[in-house]
Amino acid sequence: MSTVAFAVIAILTLAAALAAATLQKLMHAALSFAVMFVGISAFFFLLGAEFVGLVQIFVYIGAVAVLIVFTILLTRDDVGKVRGFQWGGVIVAIAVFAGLVWAIAKTKSLPLTPPEIEPITVQRIGELLMTNYVWPLQCVGVLLTAALIGALVLVMEDKRE
Amino acid sequence: MTLSIFLIISAALFCIGLLAALSRRHAIFILIGIEMMLAAANLNFIAFWRFAPQPAQPTGVMVAIFSIAIAAAEAAVGLAMVIAVYRHFRSTNVDQLNRLKG
Repeated sequence: MSTVAFAVIAILTLAAALAAATLQKLMHAALSFAVMFVGISAFFFLLGAEFVGLVQIFVYIGAVAVLIVFTILLTRDDVGKVRGFQWGGVIVAIAVFAGLVWAIAKTKSLPLTPPEIEPITVQRIGELLMTNYVWPLQCVGVLLTAALIGALVLVMEDKRE
Repeated sequence: MTLSIFLIISAALFCIGLLAALSRRHAIFILIGIEMMLAAANLNFIAFWRFAPQPAQPTGVMVAIFSIAIAAAEAAVGLAMVIAVYRHFRSTNVDQLNRLKG
Protein backbone atom coordinates (compact mmCIF):
# COMPACT_ATOMS: atom_id res chain seq x y z
CA MET A 1 0.00 0.00 0.00
CA SER A 2 1.89 3.02 -1.14
CA THR A 3 1.14 6.53 -0.04
CA VAL A 4 1.77 8.07 -3.45
CA ALA A 5 -0.76 5.78 -5.13
CA PHE A 6 -3.22 6.55 -2.37
CA ALA A 7 -2.85 10.33 -2.82
CA VAL A 8 -3.20 10.10 -6.61
CA ILE A 9 -6.33 7.94 -6.36
CA ALA A 10 -7.86 10.19 -3.70
CA ILE A 11 -7.33 13.36 -5.75
CA LEU A 12 -8.66 11.68 -8.91
CA THR A 13 -11.74 10.33 -7.18
CA LEU A 14 -12.68 13.54 -5.39
CA ALA A 15 -12.03 15.71 -8.46
CA ALA A 16 -14.16 13.42 -10.64
CA ALA A 17 -16.92 13.42 -8.02
CA LEU A 18 -16.91 17.22 -7.82
CA ALA A 19 -16.98 17.43 -11.62
CA ALA A 20 -19.91 14.98 -11.75
CA ALA A 21 -21.82 17.07 -9.22
CA THR A 22 -21.18 20.52 -10.65
CA LEU A 23 -20.58 20.33 -14.42
CA GLN A 24 -23.29 22.00 -16.49
CA LYS A 25 -23.26 19.55 -19.39
CA LEU A 26 -25.02 16.36 -18.41
CA MET A 27 -22.92 14.11 -20.66
CA HIS A 28 -19.65 15.40 -19.18
CA ALA A 29 -21.06 14.82 -15.70
CA ALA A 30 -22.01 11.23 -16.58
CA LEU A 31 -18.49 10.53 -17.88
CA SER A 32 -16.91 12.04 -14.74
CA PHE A 33 -19.24 9.78 -12.78
CA ALA A 34 -17.66 6.77 -14.54
CA VAL A 35 -14.16 8.09 -13.76
CA MET A 36 -15.14 8.45 -10.11
CA PHE A 37 -16.11 4.77 -10.01
CA VAL A 38 -12.71 3.81 -11.47
CA GLY A 39 -11.18 5.70 -8.54
CA ILE A 40 -13.36 3.95 -5.96
CA SER A 41 -12.53 0.57 -7.49
CA ALA A 42 -8.85 1.48 -7.22
CA PHE A 43 -9.42 2.12 -3.51
CA PHE A 44 -10.96 -1.34 -3.21
CA PHE A 45 -7.93 -2.89 -4.92
CA LEU A 46 -5.65 -0.94 -2.58
CA LEU A 47 -7.58 -2.25 0.42
CA GLY A 48 -7.32 -5.87 -0.74
CA ALA A 49 -10.92 -6.45 -1.85
CA GLU A 50 -10.14 -7.20 -5.50
CA PHE A 51 -13.39 -9.02 -6.21
CA VAL A 52 -15.53 -6.13 -5.01
CA GLY A 53 -13.44 -3.72 -7.09
CA LEU A 54 -14.00 -5.81 -10.21
CA VAL A 55 -17.72 -6.15 -9.51
CA GLN A 56 -17.90 -2.39 -9.03
CA ILE A 57 -16.24 -1.77 -12.41
CA PHE A 58 -18.52 -4.29 -14.18
CA VAL A 59 -21.74 -3.08 -12.61
CA TYR A 60 -21.20 0.65 -12.45
CA ILE A 61 -19.11 1.41 -15.53
CA GLY A 62 -20.43 -1.43 -17.64
CA ALA A 63 -24.09 -1.06 -16.75
CA VAL A 64 -25.09 1.98 -14.69
CA ALA A 65 -22.98 4.57 -16.52
CA VAL A 66 -24.15 3.25 -19.90
CA LEU A 67 -27.75 3.31 -18.65
CA ILE A 68 -27.35 6.93 -17.55
CA VAL A 69 -25.89 7.90 -20.94
CA PHE A 70 -28.83 6.17 -22.67
CA THR A 71 -31.31 8.04 -20.49
CA ILE A 72 -29.58 11.33 -21.22
CA LEU A 73 -29.85 10.68 -24.95
CA LEU A 74 -33.49 9.57 -24.69
CA THR A 75 -34.50 12.69 -22.76
CA ARG A 76 -32.39 14.93 -24.91
CA ASP A 77 -34.91 17.67 -25.70
CA ASP A 78 -34.48 19.63 -22.54
CA VAL A 79 -30.86 18.82 -21.77
CA GLY A 80 -29.28 22.21 -21.34
CA LYS A 81 -32.55 23.91 -20.50
CA VAL A 82 -32.57 22.73 -16.91
CA ARG A 83 -29.99 24.97 -15.34
CA GLY A 84 -31.23 25.68 -11.88
CA PHE A 85 -28.83 25.35 -8.97
CA GLN A 86 -29.89 25.76 -5.37
CA TRP A 87 -27.22 27.13 -3.09
CA GLY A 88 -28.97 25.76 -0.03
CA GLY A 89 -27.61 22.33 -0.93
CA VAL A 90 -24.03 23.61 -0.69
CA ILE A 91 -24.62 24.82 2.86
CA VAL A 92 -26.23 21.53 3.91
CA ALA A 93 -23.43 19.48 2.31
CA ILE A 94 -20.69 21.54 4.00
CA ALA A 95 -22.48 21.30 7.35
CA VAL A 96 -22.82 17.51 7.05
CA PHE A 97 -19.15 17.21 6.03
CA ALA A 98 -18.04 19.33 8.98
CA GLY A 99 -20.13 17.20 11.34
CA LEU A 100 -18.70 13.94 9.97
CA VAL A 101 -15.10 15.18 10.09
CA TRP A 102 -15.63 16.40 13.64
CA ALA A 103 -16.96 12.97 14.65
CA ILE A 104 -14.07 11.15 12.93
CA ALA A 105 -11.44 13.43 14.49
CA LYS A 106 -12.98 13.06 17.93
CA THR A 107 -12.94 9.24 17.84
CA LYS A 108 -9.76 8.12 19.57
CA SER A 109 -9.95 4.36 19.07
CA LEU A 110 -9.55 4.18 15.27
CA PRO A 111 -6.71 1.81 14.31
CA LEU A 112 -3.74 3.47 12.65
CA THR A 113 -2.16 0.66 10.64
CA PRO A 114 -3.95 -2.05 8.69
CA PRO A 115 -3.31 -5.49 10.23
CA GLU A 116 -1.80 -8.35 8.28
CA ILE A 117 -4.60 -10.06 6.47
CA GLU A 118 -5.01 -13.21 4.45
CA PRO A 119 -6.40 -12.22 1.06
CA ILE A 120 -10.05 -12.98 0.52
CA THR A 121 -10.39 -15.32 -2.42
CA VAL A 122 -13.30 -15.66 -4.82
CA GLN A 123 -13.66 -19.23 -3.61
CA ARG A 124 -14.22 -18.04 -0.05
CA ILE A 125 -16.78 -15.46 -1.22
CA GLY A 126 -18.58 -18.15 -3.19
CA GLU A 127 -18.65 -20.52 -0.24
CA LEU A 128 -20.02 -17.80 2.03
CA LEU A 129 -22.67 -16.84 -0.54
CA MET A 130 -23.84 -20.44 -0.65
CA THR A 131 -23.80 -21.04 3.13
CA ASN A 132 -24.09 -18.08 5.50
CA TYR A 133 -25.53 -15.61 2.99
CA VAL A 134 -27.85 -17.84 1.01
CA TRP A 135 -31.05 -16.09 2.14
CA PRO A 136 -29.78 -12.59 1.37
CA LEU A 137 -28.64 -13.94 -2.00
CA GLN A 138 -32.14 -15.27 -2.77
CA CYS A 139 -33.69 -12.00 -1.65
CA VAL A 140 -31.37 -10.05 -3.96
CA GLY A 141 -32.38 -12.37 -6.78
CA VAL A 142 -36.07 -11.65 -6.16
CA LEU A 143 -35.31 -7.93 -5.86
CA LEU A 144 -33.43 -7.87 -9.18
CA THR A 145 -36.29 -9.72 -10.91
CA ALA A 146 -38.81 -7.28 -9.45
CA ALA A 147 -36.66 -4.31 -10.50
CA LEU A 148 -36.36 -5.72 -14.03
CA ILE A 149 -40.14 -6.17 -14.36
CA GLY A 150 -40.81 -2.82 -12.70
CA ALA A 151 -38.47 -0.96 -15.03
CA LEU A 152 -40.10 -2.60 -18.06
CA VAL A 153 -43.62 -1.76 -16.84
CA LEU A 154 -42.62 1.83 -16.14
CA VAL A 155 -41.27 2.53 -19.61
CA MET A 156 -43.89 0.53 -21.53
CA GLU A 157 -46.16 2.56 -23.80
CA ASP A 158 -49.74 2.69 -22.60
CA LYS A 159 -51.67 0.97 -25.40
CA ARG A 160 -55.13 0.94 -23.84
CA GLU A 161 -56.27 4.37 -24.94
CA MET B 1 -2.57 5.54 5.49
CA THR B 2 -4.96 5.23 8.41
CA LEU B 3 -8.59 4.35 8.81
CA SER B 4 -9.55 7.95 9.51
CA ILE B 5 -8.23 9.19 6.15
CA PHE B 6 -10.44 6.63 4.39
CA LEU B 7 -13.38 7.73 6.51
CA ILE B 8 -12.72 11.37 5.62
CA ILE B 9 -12.53 10.59 1.88
CA SER B 10 -15.73 8.62 2.16
CA ALA B 11 -17.39 11.49 4.04
CA ALA B 12 -16.27 13.90 1.32
CA LEU B 13 -17.73 11.64 -1.39
CA PHE B 14 -20.97 11.37 0.56
CA CYS B 15 -21.24 15.15 0.89
CA ILE B 16 -20.51 15.71 -2.81
CA GLY B 17 -23.31 13.24 -3.56
CA LEU B 18 -25.57 15.08 -1.15
CA LEU B 19 -24.68 18.35 -2.88
CA ALA B 20 -25.60 16.88 -6.26
CA ALA B 21 -28.86 15.42 -4.95
CA LEU B 22 -29.96 18.61 -3.20
CA SER B 23 -28.74 21.34 -5.53
CA ARG B 24 -29.25 20.15 -9.08
CA ARG B 25 -32.69 20.41 -10.61
CA HIS B 26 -32.22 17.74 -13.26
CA ALA B 27 -33.59 14.32 -12.25
CA ILE B 28 -30.59 12.41 -13.62
CA PHE B 29 -28.22 14.48 -11.50
CA ILE B 30 -30.20 13.55 -8.42
CA LEU B 31 -29.78 9.86 -9.30
CA ILE B 32 -26.04 10.40 -9.85
CA GLY B 33 -25.85 11.98 -6.39
CA ILE B 34 -27.65 9.04 -4.78
CA GLU B 35 -25.33 6.55 -6.49
CA MET B 36 -22.36 8.55 -5.23
CA MET B 37 -23.63 8.38 -1.65
CA LEU B 38 -24.10 4.60 -1.95
CA ALA B 39 -20.55 4.23 -3.28
CA ALA B 40 -19.23 6.23 -0.31
CA ALA B 41 -21.01 3.84 2.04
CA ASN B 42 -19.43 0.86 0.21
CA LEU B 43 -15.99 2.41 0.63
CA ASN B 44 -16.68 2.65 4.37
CA PHE B 45 -17.71 -1.02 4.57
CA ILE B 46 -14.51 -2.16 2.84
CA ALA B 47 -12.28 0.15 4.91
CA PHE B 48 -13.80 -1.04 8.20
CA TRP B 49 -13.38 -4.66 7.10
CA ARG B 50 -9.73 -4.07 6.17
CA PHE B 51 -8.85 -2.37 9.46
CA ALA B 52 -10.78 -4.75 11.70
CA PRO B 53 -8.81 -6.89 14.17
CA GLN B 54 -7.90 -10.22 12.56
CA PRO B 55 -9.10 -12.88 11.98
CA ALA B 56 -12.35 -11.25 11.00
CA GLN B 57 -15.31 -12.59 9.09
CA PRO B 58 -15.46 -10.90 5.67
CA THR B 59 -18.82 -9.34 6.49
CA GLY B 60 -17.83 -5.95 5.05
CA VAL B 61 -17.04 -7.51 1.67
CA MET B 62 -20.32 -9.40 1.56
CA VAL B 63 -22.36 -6.34 2.54
CA ALA B 64 -20.58 -4.32 -0.15
CA ILE B 65 -21.42 -6.93 -2.81
CA PHE B 66 -25.11 -6.96 -1.82
CA SER B 67 -25.15 -3.17 -1.69
CA ILE B 68 -23.76 -2.95 -5.24
CA ALA B 69 -26.53 -5.30 -6.46
CA ILE B 70 -29.22 -3.21 -4.76
CA ALA B 71 -27.72 0.02 -6.11
CA ALA B 72 -27.88 -1.41 -9.64
CA ALA B 73 -31.56 -2.30 -9.20
CA GLU B 74 -32.25 1.17 -7.82
CA ALA B 75 -30.49 2.84 -10.77
CA ALA B 76 -32.48 0.79 -13.29
CA VAL B 77 -35.85 1.64 -11.71
CA GLY B 78 -34.86 5.27 -11.16
CA LEU B 79 -33.83 5.80 -14.78
CA ALA B 80 -37.02 4.07 -15.98
CA MET B 81 -38.96 6.54 -13.82
CA VAL B 82 -37.02 9.45 -15.35
CA ILE B 83 -38.00 8.25 -18.83
CA ALA B 84 -41.66 7.75 -17.82
CA VAL B 85 -41.81 11.22 -16.24
CA TYR B 86 -40.17 12.75 -19.28
CA ARG B 87 -42.71 11.12 -21.56
CA HIS B 88 -45.56 12.46 -19.45
CA PHE B 89 -44.39 15.99 -18.64
CA ARG B 90 -41.87 16.56 -21.47
CA SER B 91 -39.43 17.71 -18.80
CA THR B 92 -36.84 16.30 -16.43
CA ASN B 93 -36.74 19.36 -14.20
CA VAL B 94 -37.90 18.25 -10.78
CA ASP B 95 -39.19 21.75 -9.99
CA GLN B 96 -41.86 21.37 -12.68
CA LEU B 97 -43.21 18.10 -11.26
CA ASN B 98 -45.55 19.85 -8.83
CA ARG B 99 -48.98 18.58 -9.80
CA LEU B 100 -49.61 17.20 -6.31
CA LYS B 101 -48.53 20.43 -4.65
CA GLY B 102 -51.21 21.85 -2.35
